[in-house]
Amino acid sequence: MGWIGDQIDSIKSLQFRQVLTQAVSLGMIVTSALIIWKGLMCVTGSESPVVVVLSGSMEPGFKRGDILFLHMSNDPIRAGEIVVFNVDGREIPIVHRVIKVHEHQDTGEVDVLTKGDNNFGDDRLLYAHGQLWLHRHHIMGRAVGFLPYVGWVTIIMTEKPIIKYILIGALGLLVITSKE
Amino acid sequence: MHSIGYRANALLTFAVTILALMCAIVSLSDNLNSPSPTAQVQVLNINWFQKKPDGDDEVSLTLNISSNLQSLFTWNTKQVFVFVAAEYETSKNALNQVSLWDGIIPSKEHAKFWIHTTNKYRFVDQGSNLRGRDFNLTLHWHVMPKTGKMFADKIVMSGYRLPEAYR
Repeated sequence: MGWIGDQIDSIKSLQFRQVLTQAVSLGMIVTSALIIWKGLMCVTGSESPVVVVLSGSMEPGFKRGDILFLHMSNDPIRAGEIVVFNVDGREIPIVHRVIKVHEHQDTGEVDVLTKGDNNFGDDRLLYAHGQLWLHRHHIMGRAVGFLPYVGWVTIIMTEKPIIKYILIGALGLLVITSKE
Repeated sequence: MHSIGYRANALLTFAVTILALMCAIVSLSDNLNSPSPTAQVQVLNINWFQKKPDGDDEVSLTLNISSNLQSLFTWNTKQVFVFVAAEYETSKNALNQVSLWDGIIPSKEHAKFWIHTTNKYRFVDQGSNLRGRDFNLTLHWHVMPKTGKMFADKIVMSGYRLPEAYR
């Protein structure tokens, strides 16, 4: 019984104050993660400051599982920038490079065309039916930094939810049974 | 206090911290490099120049691009993305940027190149404003690192002009 018995004993021996302390410390971890995320949103001006690359359309620059840091300033969009955009009717944002820009004289509104470095043709086939250009409001941010491989953690967790539950369960048990 | 779990946790935290620090330092070291790339683009021929049925002007060019981007490469460079864009102003648009050709340079050995090519992407205006239009050809590059911050810059070459009549 050894280890398991010890664990069960430690769960049984929990007292009210201890439970409260642990609940508070768990709450601290969750809220500080939220604070960091929201803080990043404020600093970068992008509604999702970090994105994981899910497709190989930008290879060999970005591979599946790489992480991109986004920034969204008021600077105008220019050709060559790598932008993350949403298309109406598609849930998952796309990371591609801007190849054409037309900035209107009177309104300042931009028409943007994108393409994946590894794709043969431009993105008009990916856009909503009949849509020829992306506009400012489609664009969530431009990529400014890059970190390889780290995104695999989230890809594995979304594709194999069982691993996610095991991980969360193990962490929860650790928090409940730890004394320090 | 000194259980296996705590030791493993401390070791993992330390390892991740060091790794993150190393990535940051490697990325910062890119700032020490001050590149001096060169580029020349010639328009060898206007292959054809016409008004499309929907009213937009379209032109096909033959370009000769020669460039030396070797100084952009550092130990943290994965690849350099390079493209040539036509940039011009019309009465309708304050800025038009149309990418004509692009390429990926995987290593320093390939960073000194010249290429003779027609435009890879269509050179189409929004409207019919290309006759007699002055334009710049700009060579842009986008340095994609192994880790960290990305860099981009450009060389602007001006003094190009499209013909006054369709052909």
